[in-house]
Amino acid sequence: MNELLRTLTQTWGPTSYEEGIRGVITHELDSLHMDSRVDTLGNLIYCIPAPGKPKLLLSAHMDQIGIIVTHIDKDGFLRFGAVGGLDPYKVLGHRFVFANGTVGVAAVESKEHKTLEHLTLDKLFLDIGAASKDDALLHVAVGDFAVYAGDCVQVGNRVTSAALDDRIGCYVLIEALKAASGKELNYETYAMFSVQEEIGIKGAKVGAWGVQPDLAIALDVTAWGDTPESYVLDIGLGKGPAIKVKDAGMVATPVVRDLLIETARKHDIPFQLEVLQGGTTDAAAIQTNATGVPTGVISIPDRYVHSASEMVDLGDVEGCIKLLVAVLLK
Amino acid sequence: MEQTRIELLKKLTEARGISGHEDEVAIILRTELEEHVDRFERDAIKNLFALKGMDKPGPSVMLNAHMDEVGLYVIHITKEGYLRIGKAGGIDDRLLLGKKVLVGNDRLPGVTAIKAVHLSTHEEIENTVVKVDDIVVDVGAKSDKELAGKVAIGDQITFDTAFGTFGEGYLVGKAFDDRVGCAVVVELLKMDWPFPVIGMFSTQEEVGTKGARVGAWRYTPSISITVEGTIAADIGEVKDYQEVTNLGAGTVLTIKDGGMITDHRLRNQLIEVAKANGLPWQFKRMPAGGTDARSIQLAKTGVRALAVAVPARYIHSPVSLIKFCDYENTVSLLSKFLAQLATMEA
Repeated sequence: MNELLRTLTQTWGPTSYEEGIRGVITHELDSLHMDSRVDTLGNLIYCIPAPGKPKLLLSAHMDQIGIIVTHIDKDGFLRFGAVGGLDPYKVLGHRFVFANGTVGVAAVESKEHKTLEHLTLDKLFLDIGAASKDDALLHVAVGDFAVYAGDCVQVGNRVTSAALDDRIGCYVLIEALKAASGKELNYETYAMFSVQEEIGIKGAKVGAWGVQPDLAIALDVTAWGDTPESYVLDIGLGKGPAIKVKDAGMVATPVVRDLLIETARKHDIPFQLEVLQGGTTDAAAIQTNATGVPTGVISIPDRYVHSASEMVDLGDVEGCIKLLVAVLLK
Repeated sequence: MEQTRIELLKKLTEARGISGHEDEVAIILRTELEEHVDRFERDAIKNLFALKGMDKPGPSVMLNAHMDEVGLYVIHITKEGYLRIGKAGGIDDRLLLGKKVLVGNDRLPGVTAIKAVHLSTHEEIENTVVKVDDIVVDVGAKSDKELAGKVAIGDQITFDTAFGTFGEGYLVGKAFDDRVGCAVVVELLKMDWPFPVIGMFSTQEEVGTKGARVGAWRYTPSISITVEGTIAADIGEVKDYQEVTNLGAGTVLTIKDGGMITDHRLRNQLIEVAKANGLPWQFKRMPAGGTDARSIQLAKTGVRALAVAVPARYIHSPVSLIKFCDYENTVSLLSKFLAQLATMEA
C-alpha cells in the first residue's frame, strides 16, 4: 500500500477545514524547496519560477465532501446537512467521523422509509452512541463538520477509499512536482492545492486571480461508465488518464485539450476522452478568470465518486502523473 | 434611542425598492448618514457606498446589507386595464392573492385580483394554487389607454404593508429582508472606528447577489460582515430540527448556507465577544439560502467574510415579523466586535 496515498485519503479535511491536508502536502514537498504561499481562503500555492515563459497554473483541490450538524435532539441523535454533493442513498448506513475522532452512523427514520425511493437527507440522522442530548454535547456541537470514515484499501491494482475525490489529484500533482524537480520546464509553473471546491469552486476562483495564469490544467476525478447496468459514459478504469472535452461546467479550451492529447500520443500514454454530463472542477472557475484562461483537465477515472468507497486504478494514476510530467518537461 | 431606531426601521421598511429599483432606499440611507461618513459613492449597478476613514491604517472592514426587496413588476397591460405581473426574487405564489399593492414610482394603489369565492368551484378552492401568471393587478382602470403615462412595462410593484409594533417587543412590516440589515449597518456607521470602513448598501441581491459581486470589486476589504434578515421558522407545524433560527434568541451567525462557508476564525472571535458581553447568539441551523457574502468572499484574491442576521419570520412574503431585542442585540454585538477587531491579532 502506498503510504502517501493512504495518508492523503485518511487525513480529515472537509470543505473549509483543509489545514490538516495542507500540512501533509507541505511536509511532503518540503524537500523540494519551492517558493510557496497560503492565500486568504487557504489555497496552498507553489511557484517554480521561469521568467519569460508562459505561466501555467495546475490545480488539485484539498477538500473532501462531508456533513454539518444542524440539530441535536433530546435523545442525542444528530440531524445534518450536506457539505458538497451528497446522495442520501450513498450516505445511509455509512459512518462519519468528526475532527475530534467521534464516529457516528447515518441511519434513517425507518417507519416511513423501508425503501430508498423518495429518500431525502432530512430523513436521515446520525447516531453517535449518545444516551441523551447532554451526552451528545460532550462530543459534538451544532455546526461541527464530519466526513466519511472510509479506510484506504488496495484491491487488485486498484485502491478504494473515501476522499479519493480529490486527494488522488493532489497525489498526482505531488508526484509530478517531485519528478519535475530540478529540471528545465516549459512553463513558469504554479501548483495550487485549492480549498472549497466541493461547495462551488471557491478556492480556485480567488487562487486564479492571485496567479493570473496564461494557461491552466486541473487534476480532478471523473465518473465511470464501466460497471453493470451503469449509465452511459465512455470512461473506464484501467484505460488511462481521461482528457476532458466537456463537463457540466465548461468546455475544455481546445488548445489545452489538444496539447494533452498530442503529449499523450507522443509519449505512448494510453488515454480516453471525457464527456461528463454532470459535475465540474476547479478548471471551470480558472477558465473565466479575468479576461479568460485557456484551461483543460486531466481526469482520474473514479468509480463510486462521493461515496465512502470510491475506487481508482493505480495504472491510470501512473498514466496521469506521466502525462503531467511530459507536459511540464522541456 | 429606542424610538429613533424604530422610526428608522419604519422608514426603511416602508420604502419601496424591488431589485433594480433601490433609489428610494438609497436616499433614506444617505440622509440618515450624511453627518456620519466622509463621502458617498454610487457605482454602475447603483450600489451605495458610505465611506469612512479610508485613509486610516489597519485592515479595511466592509459592512454590507442589501437595499432591494422581493416584489413584483409589470409585464403587460391588458386592453381592459389590468396589469399582468412577474416576480422579482423568490416569492411563494400562494402568498400573492388578495393583497394591496403599490404600482410604479407614483405609488398607484392596486389589489391582486381573484375571482370571488362565490364563483369558484370546490375543486379550485381546495386543490389549486393560483400561479403568478394567472394573477392580475387591478388598479381601478377601465382600459389600457387610461393608464398611459401612469403605468409602464417594468414598473415595480410592492406590497402595501404598514410598519407597526405589536405583542411584547415585536415589529411587523414588509422587507425586513434586508432593511433590518441596512438599519444595523447605519447604526454601526454612526459610530467612529480606528480603521477604514466601507459601508456597502448593495442592489439586486434577491436576483443573485449582483450588486455585491461588483461592489466588492470596487472596494475589496480585508474583512467583510454581511448583515441580513434571515429565516426564523419557529412556528407550529415545523419540526424542531427544521426551525433554522428562533425569534428572540439573538443574533444569527452563519457557518454554512447554500452559498458559502464563513471564515471560521473570525466567526469564533465574534462568538468570544458575544460570550464575554453576555449577548445572545444562535447558529443558522440549515445550510440553505445565500447572501451577498458569497460574492464578497470571492472578490479578487479573496475576503475573510462573515454573514450575520436578525431572525425574521415569514420573510419573502408581504408581511414579516422580527423582535426588537434581536435587532438591538445585533447592533451591540457587532459594535463590540468591531471595537475589539482593532486590537485582535491579524
